[in-house]
Amino acid sequence: MSTRLSRPIVGLLALVLTAAILALDLAQSGPPDLFSAPSAIALGSGAAPEGAHCTGS
Amino acid sequence: MLFRRASVLLIALGVTLFAFVMAGPRAGLLMLVGIGFGLVLEGLRFGFAGPWRMIVTDRDGRGLLAQLIAIALVAVVAFPLLAANAGELAPAHAPVGIAMILGAFVFGMMMQLVMGCGSGTLVNAGSGNLVGLIALAGFIGGSFAGSLHLGWWTGLGSLPVLSAQGLFGDNLGLILTLAGLALVSALTLARAAPGKRMPPRRLWIAAALIAALALANLVIAGQPWGIVYGLGLWGAKIAQAGGADLAQTAFWAAEGNATRLSSSILTDVTSLTNIGLLIGAFAVMRWRADPGAPAQALTLASYGAVLGAALILGYSARLAFGCNVGAFFSGISTGSLHGWVWLIAAFAGSTLGIRLRPHLLRPARTEGAYA
Repeated sequence: MSTRLSRPIVGLLALVLTAAILALDLAQSGPPDLFSAPSAIALGSGAAPEGAHCTGS
Repeated sequence: MLFRRASVLLIALGVTLFAFVMAGPRAGLLMLVGIGFGLVLEGLRFGFAGPWRMIVTDRDGRGLLAQLIAIALVAVVAFPLLAANAGELAPAHAPVGIAMILGAFVFGMMMQLVMGCGSGTLVNAGSGNLVGLIALAGFIGGSFAGSLHLGWWTGLGSLPVLSAQGLFGDNLGLILTLAGLALVSALTLARAAPGKRMPPRRLWIAAALIAALALANLVIAGQPWGIVYGLGLWGAKIAQAGGADLAQTAFWAAEGNATRLSSSILTDVTSLTNIGLLIGAFAVMRWRADPGAPAQALTLASYGAVLGAALILGYSARLAFGCNVGAFFSGISTGSLHGWVWLIAAFAGSTLGIRLRPHLLRPARTEGAYA
């Protein structure tokens, strides 16, 4: 048996995986509250950075 | 071909618009930055794990030099930006510790086995490499598992957070960071064979674009480019959906992480750029007239080895406070000492991983091949 998946199929599967995680998340957490969304750009916003980063513990 | 390219543009614009409408303008902009990363990394073939292998096996220093140039370009702008806007922008600083060093060493080893680092795994998956897709699933699980044990590992011992700015001041800190990058460049040039020293035009352009995108990430998000946190968060979301009570864990009960866990991933900076990066790599692959042959088929056992290695890759990235992007690229370019220690430990691990690779990843015969 020889199973060869083309690059477009595998790439599409990666997008489907990501979309599935996003859908699961939206079903679980609900949509974000747009009224509490941060300003478009952090620099000059006057607000402290609140995002999480890999360097955090 | 026209239809295919129009579809690719539609997907990229549609996802950006979706993020904008659902989570606001910052989310839309970060999705665009992520797509930009994907376009440059895949389109101009700028990578991290590959050049680290090439300098060892082929004495080819061009890719590694391009990485160092990109980091230097970011540092020159990021140091003064961070100094002048400390209340709005945060650097990628983390403590050096036993687990951090061990994590970086293991990460370096595993990234040669799965043929991709943090960003490379996303690029490989998006561009249709089956090994990359399997590695992405493993990375998500591994970085989540690492978050559950992070407290125990960091308890083994670590220094306080040390940075070039904190130790030497902003100006001297930047000068020493650039001097450090120049030293690594000199070592790379000394190791590289004649004809394999000067990066080609493609890599100069890629380094400049990656630096510009990394700075855009810093200015828009208020923090440097990262990969690992977002993937660990995706794992946590899946575990939570499966019934896991993560409020009982130290990492996910911590204030900032609990907020991320209860909020949509469309509000998480690294998740947005990760999704964008994947889409950007996919767009490049679909844009090309020929998407390329499928990646070489491996034996089923080798795919199992890839999944196992990717789990360890994600786990070790969590312990190391970042991967090649969050720790090496963003750490060094924003002055973190842990970025330099990460570089040394991960490079040592990478060199060992190169030797292990032929033993663990075996090409399949045509019969029974999976690719």
